[in-house]
Amino acid sequence: MTLALYRIDDRLIHGQVVVGWGQPLDCSFIVLVDDEVSSSDWEQDLYRMGVPPQIEVIFASVEQAAALLPRWEADSRVGILLVGDVDTAVALASRVPQLKRFNIGGVHHRTGRKERLRFVYLTDEEAAKLRQLAARGIEVTAQDVPTARAIPVGEFT
Amino acid sequence: MSDLRGVIVSHAAVAQALVTAVKAITGIDDALTPVSNEGCGTEALGERLREAVGQGPAVLFVDLPGGSCFTSSARYAKQGGADVAVVTGVNLAMLLDFVFHRDLAPAEAARRAVDAGAKAIRVTA
Repeated sequence: MTLALYRIDDRLIHGQVVVGWGQPLDCSFIVLVDDEVSSSDWEQDLYRMGVPPQIEVIFASVEQAAALLPRWEADSRVGILLVGDVDTAVALASRVPQLKRFNIGGVHHRTGRKERLRFVYLTDEEAAKLRQLAARGIEVTAQDVPTARAIPVGEFT
Repeated sequence: MSDLRGVIVSHAAVAQALVTAVKAITGIDDALTPVSNEGCGTEALGERLREAVGQGPAVLFVDLPGGSCFTSSARYAKQGGADVAVVTGVNLAMLLDFVFHRDLAPAEAARRAVDAGAKAIRVTA
């Protein structure tokens, strides 16, 4: 597995990902899976600006990511895969059975969501979807930065 | 155009601390508004920016040239509807210059702030 981190984070590329995780993992590429961003050059420029030049940024729709994931996994470099919400994670997992884990790094407050952890707010429906992922054998944990404990989904949903 | 505002957008409490420092040095406390990304997703941060900028005009002073503070600020500048410029790498020196030169249009004030901020970064003998 050379995608060292599969992360759900509604901020997508930001400091915690690039520096907090990117440095200790020695990350060389970031895959940002988002249908909206993958179809907007301007959004892509914006996210690329947050990444030092030595890290490659790859933008993909869910469909493209499902097709290209084996290639990224076979890459000799270390990478991080990001999605912005639970639904995208579920969509990707349903297309890629070999996907085995998801880190919840930040899902923030929005109408209808309840606080589960300081950095995790979920609707009941989103919480149920995460539990379903776990029930299918995917390791789902919440952990904002590497120095924090990875909290199993059962402890906060 | 004396109502040009500076909105400092930062991780954690950096923005608030800079506002406090500017006030301590100049006594000016009505030119800058701090915005933190603490606990914010993209939507919530956008909402905080909207509140801080109001009708504008404004210069957004962002801590880093990337990350959630930056992406939200750049998105707001493009889509928010107000006359807004974005500067990254905020430091105290640029803010001290900015608060005394708010009679400029945002783009011009932003360029001036960048000059003032860059001049303060040096290795001393």
